[in-house]
Amino acid sequence: MAELKFTRDHECILVEGETALIGITDYAREALGDLVYIELPEAGKKVGKGDEFAVVESVKTAAEVYSPVAGEVVEANDNMESDLELLSKPLAEGGWIAKIKIDDAGDLADLMDEAAYKKYLETLD
Amino acid sequence: MTAEKMDITENNAMTDTNHGLHYEENLLWEKERTDHPGVDLPEPANTPLRTGTPARADIGLPQVSEPQALRHFVRMSTWNYSIDHGFFPLGSCTMKHNPRLNEKMARLPGFAAIHPLQPESTVQGALALMYELQNWLGELTGLPGVCLSPAAGAHGELAGVMTIARAHDLNGQTQRKIILTPDSSHGTNPATAATCGFDVRSIPTKDTGTLTIEAFKEALYKTDPKGADIAGMMVTNPNTCGLFEKDIAAIADLLHEAGGYFYMDGANFNALVGKIRPADFGVDVMHINLHKTFSTPHGGGGPGSGPICCTPELAKYMPVPTVIKHAESYALETETDRPESLGCLKGFHGQFGMHVRALAYMMSHGADGLKQVSEDAVLNANYILRELENDFHAPYAHQGPCMHEALLTDKIQKESGVQTLDMAKALIEKGFHPMTVYFPLVLAGTMLIEPTETESKDSLDRFITAMKEIAAEAREAEAEERFHTYPQTTPRRRLDEVKAARNPVLRWKD
Repeated sequence: MAELKFTRDHECILVEGETALIGITDYAREALGDLVYIELPEAGKKVGKGDEFAVVESVKTAAEVYSPVAGEVVEANDNMESDLELLSKPLAEGGWIAKIKIDDAGDLADLMDEAAYKKYLETLD
Repeated sequence: MTAEKMDITENNAMTDTNHGLHYEENLLWEKERTDHPGVDLPEPANTPLRTGTPARADIGLPQVSEPQALRHFVRMSTWNYSIDHGFFPLGSCTMKHNPRLNEKMARLPGFAAIHPLQPESTVQGALALMYELQNWLGELTGLPGVCLSPAAGAHGELAGVMTIARAHDLNGQTQRKIILTPDSSHGTNPATAATCGFDVRSIPTKDTGTLTIEAFKEALYKTDPKGADIAGMMVTNPNTCGLFEKDIAAIADLLHEAGGYFYMDGANFNALVGKIRPADFGVDVMHINLHKTFSTPHGGGGPGSGPICCTPELAKYMPVPTVIKHAESYALETETDRPESLGCLKGFHGQFGMHVRALAYMMSHGADGLKQVSEDAVLNANYILRELENDFHAPYAHQGPCMHEALLTDKIQKESGVQTLDMAKALIEKGFHPMTVYFPLVLAGTMLIEPTETESKDSLDRFITAMKEIAAEAREAEAEERFHTYPQTTPRRRLDEVKAARNPVLRWKD
């Protein structure tokens, strides 16, 4: 069963078996403002938990996207380069930045579920 | 341009107008009239081609007469905005007045008409001036090793962090791979560290706007209990929230104990000049932006200049050349004189014209005058902060006075849909250059306002009135829609920044 989890840095991850789709949350997208560029990871790239694996740039700022889990990039969402609006879609509907093969499912343990993430957002400004 | 004819009449109707003496201006290329060359030269006869290019018309150079060319550039210069036009409140930029006395000194023939390749014996006066400037900078920072050559602030950072890297290398400390920097730092700090091959570890500062000893310790000892993998830290003080780092001396002690060096980004030195010497709170090496603190021009009339100052311990590793004094003469030091040096980072000796201007500024103000400069700069920023703290969210205002710049955010206005960018555009409508927006990154929707000591109280009051009007307008009905129309009276109104970034048109014509 697919499982949606969140990080404190506003990444979201949809886990399905050994792989996961990773993107950013609505909160992150709204904080960034109008997006103008995304730098995608290359397939085959190894990432550690918390490593920067993509960069999204808006008119205001550039922000790193950190991998919620350690693993290997299986595929990057190349469609996103030409259509940044995709980032506002749910992960399963094209809103993912990269698909990652998870090294250790234990990495998922400290991530938040949707209810916990919503509660966490309330603590922010 | 090619033989393809443009419809000049139509084009002129579109952009080449001067209603109300506001001059629109086409590109030089659009002015091309092959029947109106600037100079009539006879057709070359019997001259073999050497360039492989048969005629200049084919490489698309415009042909305009001297008055056309002159008017083109003069008209475009009227679209510029500079500190000579008015208030320029860009935070972190220290846009202060560039005194004309500096210009007069820089134009003295003995300074203006010399060449870097002249024999040293013929430019002793220029070298004496640089030596004097080194001494002033050494005295003001408490860091006597001064290298004037870096070409701007970021280049100074590179020179400084390379100096740190060189020291670690020659002392066998190559396991030191990490540079610490607060999350409010200028983007150039982590970029410099990464360029020099270091890993960057960010220290969170959001809660207080400043570094705390606890957060610093956590970063310092994160991967080694004694911090033996730490090469150094890069800190701006006062920081980019406009706050003085109160615990900086204790933090520097911890860093030194762990064997790291303290790089200070001197971009905000205008708040400290003559009041406190960075060496006294533990700085090992820093850069100075002569084009900020010491009033040399930013851009346009530039170039920038970013000398570094360091401790006697690090001085042997810093770049060459510096000016050294022999018994009766001055000379530029070479790598042979100082073999531990990391080498030369810049052609010749740096931006000499800026050295003249900066020293003119220092000498015309004197020690007491420089101290008053920083006091007035801080006073002006606090005046703005206190006048606006009830109209805008001022995140750190409750902690006490700010230093040379005031930090506000759009937190209050955002509730009615008006964001920082909208307010910056509204400021343009009201005749002010906007402040720095969306920096520092540590909070959302930041506005960083640095008035400098240049502005009079009248000038500050006009700015404060404009900001209060903006805050009031943001409370009105349909504010969001209205703010999206700003600026309204500029020639091009609101530009589509998103479209420009997503689909940049970088060629005038295919």
